[in-house]
Amino acid sequence: MGNNVIAFVQCHDGEIKRTQLEAVSEGARIANALGGGCVAVVMGSGAADAAAGLGRYGARTARAIGDAAVAHYNGDIYGRTVAALAREHDAAVIVASATAAGKDLCPRVAAHLEAGYAADATGVRVEDGKLLVTRPVYAGKALIDVGFESDVAVVSLRPNNFEVSEGEGSAEVSEAQPVLEGPSAKVLETRQTAGERADLTEASIIVSGGRGMKGPEHFQLLEELADVLGATVGASRAVVDAGWRPHSDQVGQTGKTVSPKLYIAVGISGAIQHIAGMRTSGCIVAINKDPDAPIFKIADYGIVGDLFEIVPRLTEELRKVLQN
Amino acid sequence: MHTLVLIKRVPDTASKITIAPDGKQIDPSGLQFVLNPYDEFAVEAALQLKEAAGEGSVRIMTLGPKEATQTIRSALAMGADEAFHIVDDRSLRDAFSTARTLADAIAQLDPKPDLILCGRQSVDAQAMATGPMVATLLGLPCVSDIVKLERDGDTLRVEREIEGGVEVLEVGLPAVLTTNKGLNEPRYASLKGIMKAKKKKIHNPEVAIAPEKTTIVEMRYPPAREGGRIVGEGPDAVPELVRLLREECKVL
Ligand SMILES: Cc1cc2nc3c(=O)[nH]c(=O)nc-3n(C[C@H](O)[C@H](O)[C@H](O)COP(=O)(O)OP(=O)(O)OC[C@H]3O[C@@H](n4cnc5c(N)ncnc54)[C@H](O)[C@@H]3O)c2cc1C
Ligand SMILES: Nc1ncnc2c1ncn2[C@@H]1O[C@H](COP(=O)(O)O)[C@@H](O)[C@H]1O
Repeated sequence: MGNNVIAFVQCHDGEIKRTQLEAVSEGARIANALGGGCVAVVMGSGAADAAAGLGRYGARTARAIGDAAVAHYNGDIYGRTVAALAREHDAAVIVASATAAGKDLCPRVAAHLEAGYAADATGVRVEDGKLLVTRPVYAGKALIDVGFESDVAVVSLRPNNFEVSEGEGSAEVSEAQPVLEGPSAKVLETRQTAGERADLTEASIIVSGGRGMKGPEHFQLLEELADVLGATVGASRAVVDAGWRPHSDQVGQTGKTVSPKLYIAVGISGAIQHIAGMRTSGCIVAINKDPDAPIFKIADYGIVGDLFEIVPRLTEELRKVLQN
Repeated sequence: MHTLVLIKRVPDTASKITIAPDGKQIDPSGLQFVLNPYDEFAVEAALQLKEAAGEGSVRIMTLGPKEATQTIRSALAMGADEAFHIVDDRSLRDAFSTARTLADAIAQLDPKPDLILCGRQSVDAQAMATGPMVATLLGLPCVSDIVKLERDGDTLRVEREIEGGVEVLEVGLPAVLTTNKGLNEPRYASLKGIMKAKKKKIHNPEVAIAPEKTTIVEMRYPPAREGGRIVGEGPDAVPELVRLLREECKVL
């Protein structure tokens, strides 16, 4: 068994999102601890351009797969390709950010390599040369430390939970070929649904509204607050079920799991299924008129009162402060 | 078309979890168990495909404790035809072992399934792994997290949610799909459905449970959040909140 680490990197038109850099940085930290090197496997359009800069995040080697057949994510093909490169580089660990692509990719790679898989890790450490992964289970009501019985370990990393470390290094870049043969679905098209805002799972600030918003028209208040903060707007299930906001905005157990630096919950009671999706946020602020709302129990800061008075004031105050 | 739906019995999401004295698993006593919420979308999708085609079958498979019979019955009551129950007493069995065992049991099925449906995620293990792993082990194509499904003969057109968008894919049968919220509105079992379910067949396939590739070294409660700090009441508390966010939390 080797001691190299593969970090999967998805790119689009040569651009790489921050979550992907988290995977490279964490991959490099693990490789250091194991005494191996980090190999970034970069897939998507413009992969060669993107690969060149990954040495700064700790990759020693970068393999670029920019073939037209993999311009868009395709789990079947990406899975085979990453598994083949893991074998070629004698990898002991494969990491990827737990984005839509990473969550879909990792179990396939683990199946190809007959490897153990730990999903959506919030912590990774190496103890006595062995990998130990911390991950939430039971909707975050418990954490487990997972050890591996297999020679190869596959880990997906919860976005916004791992540091990006930038340094001076440079990576040796070479091309690699995708493994196209085999069963696969065909990507017909990809459609953008969101506007300029970051997706909830990648946003570093989220402003979420609940039933306390009283109607879809009042979400304008949150949009304005989000504009000032550069934030993304989320929602509770009550709001989504009422049709005020789309499914893709739902935070919680049956919605998205988010982990921003700052989460502002407005008119949300804090039901256990909602908390399941946002409890690992860095800082939680709650605005609610009910002092006994459960959201206050987990919020770092709370304001009790009418959101229709508080939110506009908050937007105004932040606008003043942030412009200076 | 023969669809197989993989379902799991999980603790109700509202229930409070207690960690067992061994510090490696939960204490299941007193917990309410339900059909994994995402699996309801999978059962519903399978039933709709069968109804639209006017032929075929919907079969259910689970790996779980003997009490999972109740969970199986609830899927049968929705309208599934028969079920396969691999009995296993381990809670939180690891992803590879679960997928390998299910894949081995699926390989024995006659007729072979044309389509295998899973939920996107179990709400206890949260691995999001079983569907893509089973597909890989069986050499089938797989699309996860689907929110739309249309059938045209032996081809399925599906949409899957990604960050800030959707992907539209086409996949030929046989295939594996995992279902996300938004795909459909799962039906409630009718009284007639519940009565009929009692007579439907639950088989116990003979399959060895595959060894795990990971072990739980420790299970613990997440660190308590130091919450509960009320900055103040009404809009007058806003300046203090902003100060705290900048100076104490340093998030702005
Ligand atoms: C299987 C299952 C899965 C679920 N998954 C999710 C999930 O993924 N995400 C999720 O969010 N929920 C989920 N739920 C639902 C969850 O249990 C709650 O019902 C839901 O989160 C409640 O949404 P809410 O907080 O917006 O509404 P409510 O609970 O109705 O709370 C509204 C809050 O607004 C406050 N309020 C009202 N007016 C004002 C005002 N003028 N100013 C300030 N505050 C005001 C009220 O005090 C109250 O606290 C799930 C439930 C089940 C059973
Ligand atoms: N023990 C099991 N038996 C049958 N199906 C399962 C089992 N575990 C997981 N699944 C299926 O796989 C999906 C994803 O579960 P998981 O990979 O645990 O997040 C679930 O929604 C089920 O459809």
